[in-house]
Amino acid sequence: MSVAIEDYVGKRWRKPHFISNPILRWSLIIITIIYLILAIGSLEVRWERVYLGLERGWRFIVGFSQPDFTSRWSDIYEGMVESVIITVTSTIVGIAISIPVALGAASNIAPLPVYLVCRTIISVSRALNEIIVAILLVAIFGFGPLAGFLTLSFATIGFLAKLLAEDIEDMNKSQAEAVRSTGASWLQWVNFGVQPQVMPRLIGLSIYRLDINFRESAVLGLVGAGGIGATLNTAFDRYEFDTVAAILIMIIATVMVLEFLSGFIRAKVQ
Amino acid sequence: MLKLEKLTKIYKTGDKALSDVDLEVPKGQVIALIGPSGAGKSTLIRCVNRLVTPTSGSAILDGVDITSLGAGGLRRERRRMGMIFQEYALVERLSVMENVLSGRLGYVGFLRSFLRKFPQSDVDEAFRLLDRVGLLHMADKRADELSGGQRQRVGIARALIQNPAVLLVDEPTASLDPKTSRQIMRLICELCEERGLAAIINIHDVNLAMMFVQRVVGLESGRIIFDGTPNQLTPDVLTSIYGEEDWEATIEKVEDDDEEGDA
Repeated sequence: MSVAIEDYVGKRWRKPHFISNPILRWSLIIITIIYLILAIGSLEVRWERVYLGLERGWRFIVGFSQPDFTSRWSDIYEGMVESVIITVTSTIVGIAISIPVALGAASNIAPLPVYLVCRTIISVSRALNEIIVAILLVAIFGFGPLAGFLTLSFATIGFLAKLLAEDIEDMNKSQAEAVRSTGASWLQWVNFGVQPQVMPRLIGLSIYRLDINFRESAVLGLVGAGGIGATLNTAFDRYEFDTVAAILIMIIATVMVLEFLSGFIRAKVQ
Repeated sequence: MLKLEKLTKIYKTGDKALSDVDLEVPKGQVIALIGPSGAGKSTLIRCVNRLVTPTSGSAILDGVDITSLGAGGLRRERRRMGMIFQEYALVERLSVMENVLSGRLGYVGFLRSFLRKFPQSDVDEAFRLLDRVGLLHMADKRADELSGGQRQRVGIARALIQNPAVLLVDEPTASLDPKTSRQIMRLICELCEERGLAAIINIHDVNLAMMFVQRVVGLESGRIIFDGTPNQLTPDVLTSIYGEEDWEATIEKVEDDDEEGDA
């Protein structure tokens, strides 16, 4: 029994359903709707608290409209400098460590035992949230920027090594093979055959991570790991919303500058 | 000079790419290796250089059995085998000069290569080779700015700067237009003659192969089933290599092409 064109001509054509089994499709749709109804019903919204919150929110917005850079300037300045130092140092140290880890975590170039060790390092680094690591390190090393620096270096390893390893795994095999065929040593092979291929990605990721580390450094201050976050926390505790506004504006401005810079540099290295 | 003895390769998937291949290539001889896709041509070349490790048998270059070498010995022998690849396999983000100099990696230490401080003799030779393949003015261009034919010329320079005893050439013209293909084949064969190099050239284009080489080897399903001069390639032989097809036109064209001369 062959397929005849006459059976098709004149018939309507529709895109096949994503889930072809109608029973499964409809039960999934119904379950989703029931879940949404129950979930929304379980939210207890107390409108008087929402009203109070709106009032407080308004005070915050008013504070924002008049950011106060001057009265706590020396605190803000010190916090910013500390944050920048934490960001830059932790990014550099993190990158320096993640490059060898990434080489080891690329399945196409690393032997299995090395691969497993490096993947474990990455998993551990990624499994632990920055805040948790920071709390732990503050407990060990005490309050201050050292804990922040160590936390962000640690977090950078998981992020950068994983993404770089994936880029190495996606590299063009024949280019690397050609370098190997010349009798190059392993290091020379990495330098000539692998590095040029992953360099744009490495630079892009590094700048992106610099950006992330700066934003994280603002959060880490809240748990005592130094930087602008500590200043921000103090200002909140004192209900000095105008100073808070000044700090937030500075953080936003810095992130925007980094964003612009990263776009510019990434366009350059293509 | 280069001698393959009972070379066999069975891939992990169970595919027998080469079975008991015996082949001897004397000094200065250029061989065209023809055969259908999947016949084992690429595997054969890669087994000689040990980019693919043969399952059994040996590949002997000037008395050294390459199949039994350790890592250091293998690197030393690889220097004596220049490879030219299909799709050129240049490192695209490196400059033309860096690509050519990468052919010297087996001779210089890591630090020198890392800092791109190659010995002056290597730099001179690189410029000489680039001049020979007509790309001296392109030395500092990035490899991905070049056209296909230019890239393959860089690939040839990279192989020759190794100062090899044998060239292993894998489908050098597969992605080039007919005219550039001839130019590249002619260049490879001229350079082999100038330097007394032996070469194994994998090639799909039977006609092109017959124009330039003295000896043709036909591979089918991992076995050598033809070994002779281009003149001995009859329609029957081509049928046994590639299967049934009208081969008269393929062979006839040879005479025309020879007379046509420089393309």
